[in-house]
Amino acid sequence: MLVKTIFAGFGGQGVLSMGLNLAQAAMMEGKHVTYLPAYGAEVRGGTANCTVAISDEEIASPVASSPEFVVVMNAPSLVRFQNQVDAGGVLFVNSSLIDIEILRRDIEIVNVPANAIAEKVGSARSANMVMLGAFTRKSRLVSIASIVDGLKTALKGKTKLVAINEEALMAGYNLF
Amino acid sequence: MKKVYTRPKSLKPAVFHYCPGCGHSIVHRLIAEVIDELGIQEKVVGVPPPGCSVFAYHYFDVDMLESAHGRGAAVATGMKRANPDCIVFTYQGDGDLAAIGTAETVHAANRGERITAIFINNAVYGMTGGQMAPTTLLEQKTTTTPYGRDLKVEGYPIRMSEIIALTRGAVYVERTAVNSPANIRKTKKAIKKAFQTQIDGLGFALVEVLSPCPTNWKMTPRESWQWIDDVMSKEFPLGLIKDETGNKNAG
Amino acid sequence: MPEVLMNGNSAIAEAAIRAGCQCYFGYPITPQNELSEYMALNLSRRKGCSFVQAESELAAINMVYGASAAGVRVMTSSSSPGISLKQEGISYLAANELPCVIVNMSRGGPGLGSISAAQSDYFQATRGGGHGDYRTIVLAPSSVPELAEFTHRAFDLADKYLVPVMILGDGMLGQMMEPVAFHHEAPEVFSVRSRSLRGAKGRPSRIFKTFTSKPAELEELNWSLFRRYQLIQKEETTSEAFLTDDARLIIVAFGIAARIARGAIKTVRAEGLKVGMLRPITLWPFPTEAVKEAAKKTKQFLVFEMNMGQMVDDVKLALEGKGKVSFYGRPGGVIPTPSEVARVISRIYVQEGLT
Repeated sequence: MLVKTIFAGFGGQGVLSMGLNLAQAAMMEGKHVTYLPAYGAEVRGGTANCTVAISDEEIASPVASSPEFVVVMNAPSLVRFQNQVDAGGVLFVNSSLIDIEILRRDIEIVNVPANAIAEKVGSARSANMVMLGAFTRKSRLVSIASIVDGLKTALKGKTKLVAINEEALMAGYNLF
Repeated sequence: MKKVYTRPKSLKPAVFHYCPGCGHSIVHRLIAEVIDELGIQEKVVGVPPPGCSVFAYHYFDVDMLESAHGRGAAVATGMKRANPDCIVFTYQGDGDLAAIGTAETVHAANRGERITAIFINNAVYGMTGGQMAPTTLLEQKTTTTPYGRDLKVEGYPIRMSEIIALTRGAVYVERTAVNSPANIRKTKKAIKKAFQTQIDGLGFALVEVLSPCPTNWKMTPRESWQWIDDVMSKEFPLGLIKDETGNKNAG
Repeated sequence: MPEVLMNGNSAIAEAAIRAGCQCYFGYPITPQNELSEYMALNLSRRKGCSFVQAESELAAINMVYGASAAGVRVMTSSSSPGISLKQEGISYLAANELPCVIVNMSRGGPGLGSISAAQSDYFQATRGGGHGDYRTIVLAPSSVPELAEFTHRAFDLADKYLVPVMILGDGMLGQMMEPVAFHHEAPEVFSVRSRSLRGAKGRPSRIFKTFTSKPAELEELNWSLFRRYQLIQKEETTSEAFLTDDARLIIVAFGIAARIARGAIKTVRAEGLKVGMLRPITLWPFPTEAVKEAAKKTKQFLVFEMNMGQMVDDVKLALEGKGKVSFYGRPGGVIPTPSEVARVISRIYVQEGLT
């Protein structure tokens, strides 16, 4: 089973680290995984996106033309990626920053007020972790324990930062 | 009987192929004498250029590595970085160092690479048959400036040593000539100091040598020596251009 | 060492350090910058090592030339336009029998092109690339673990045969992250090749040069290089066969395209199409014998590349007319999807009457 996810938003929203955390967790669970960031001039305008492919077997291409999951953190990303979601796929929308009606009826829309929840737990900058928590719960690609372990690996030694991020992560995870 | 003049140890017993009156043979000998005097023959690697001195490796009795045209400073950089204990010198002409290799030379100097560059300026491309060099003088006739170098068309001769001196990594830059016994002695002193600068690990050192090319200048050797005094050294003034070695009396 | 998640560019750099690479010289160009940056961070301060961000690719490859002559393991990396600039130096390295590793994380061309992954430097890589009669060994990895593994192999091959070795990747391989494990520890002390220029201490002085006024001397050098190239062809040609035993159609693809093709083959196999793949791992030497061997089972070949069909020539030369070669490719940095390639395979399968 091969599942591809695109994370998109503007620079500084932690879009790439969401993807990286997911990829790290998948690797720790022994799955095949690839992580491909958009690079070069494309990301100099302030937008960022990355693609994570997770599978039980070898992954042919790290590129996703019709991903099963798409996570959009801002409005331009929604406009760009909403039509790419595979029919039957799931679109995760940061409803704190996106106020656009989504016309597709062949996909599931999951609204997550990521910024609002992040502010509530006391860290506006960890909206990405709120979203990643919600994504982990809904997608069931990896366990939340692996995500937390991955986070600890990525933020080695920064215990305070880990605690903040973990709180945001769980706030998102417990939304559903 | 006491021997007062002999072949330097760092020169092979080979006969120079250079034209009568050419400055290369003189500079080769000076470099070899300096290597001997500094006792560094076993540590030296030379980087000769394409050009008349392409066969320099047949004359120097030290390790030598052929370089692509203009890349001497980069080749020497790689050599020195890989083996900081060796003493690396480049031997480059005006086309090599001041035209096609400008970027490599300026940046090696600016990084303060611990290398020694011997820059032979004879104001023409010698081996290819006397074309205009970046250092060709205004109104000088060459095969590609048959009407004389025209300021409006070819621009000014480039003063590379002055440019190199502006880089902060260059610690010693001097311009000399080999057109008289006195100037030859000064050239040797400068070459020695340039090697000493490297031995002391101070930075980039460059000696520009105004060197006669009677064949392409279409002069006799005697006329070409005179021309350096009367014309060429007016465009390229002889003397110390930069010395930050803190070692004024070396060499 | 356990697996770590790493992008391809960094994996090459880490593998190079572990392979005993002492010097790295490069110039920034997308999409290979992570390699230089990794070297700046992790190689530059190592004892006995040196990192220089050169003023140009020309300077970088000539620094490689100088360092290789000094007898150390040395590497440079770039992407397509920068590799064009390096060709002068690669020719000199080949001529003077100086080993080194050159990485090309290729991108769309010609010209400034795009920064997206492409395979359009196949001709340049496999035909020598610069002036003169020479070849370089070209390795084509298709995953991050292979980038690490092939980096070791590249250094070993370079030293064994005294030739420059090129790793031909692409922007996607450089940028993507995959789990990778490293199986070697970086050496504490470095060995120096005996054929080197480090000053004539206790031996006669040496010259590394090719220029000569006697063509017969240069001819002898060329003969000697080509005897070595023949040996490399005999000893080092590698390829990988995937489901070729019963195949009626064999895809020939390398690098990232081979990986995409593998996904496509799995799809069409599920529909009952008997399709396999021959993947050249060394692009030079090209696995001619493996292609010939495959032609004993089927006459139908499909070359799939991210260019306009540069490898088709080599496949046809290997077949010597004993097979039919179709081609599908996307140039310019477009990355085909496995499902797109699966559709192409199905169409050709039907058109050629293989059902």
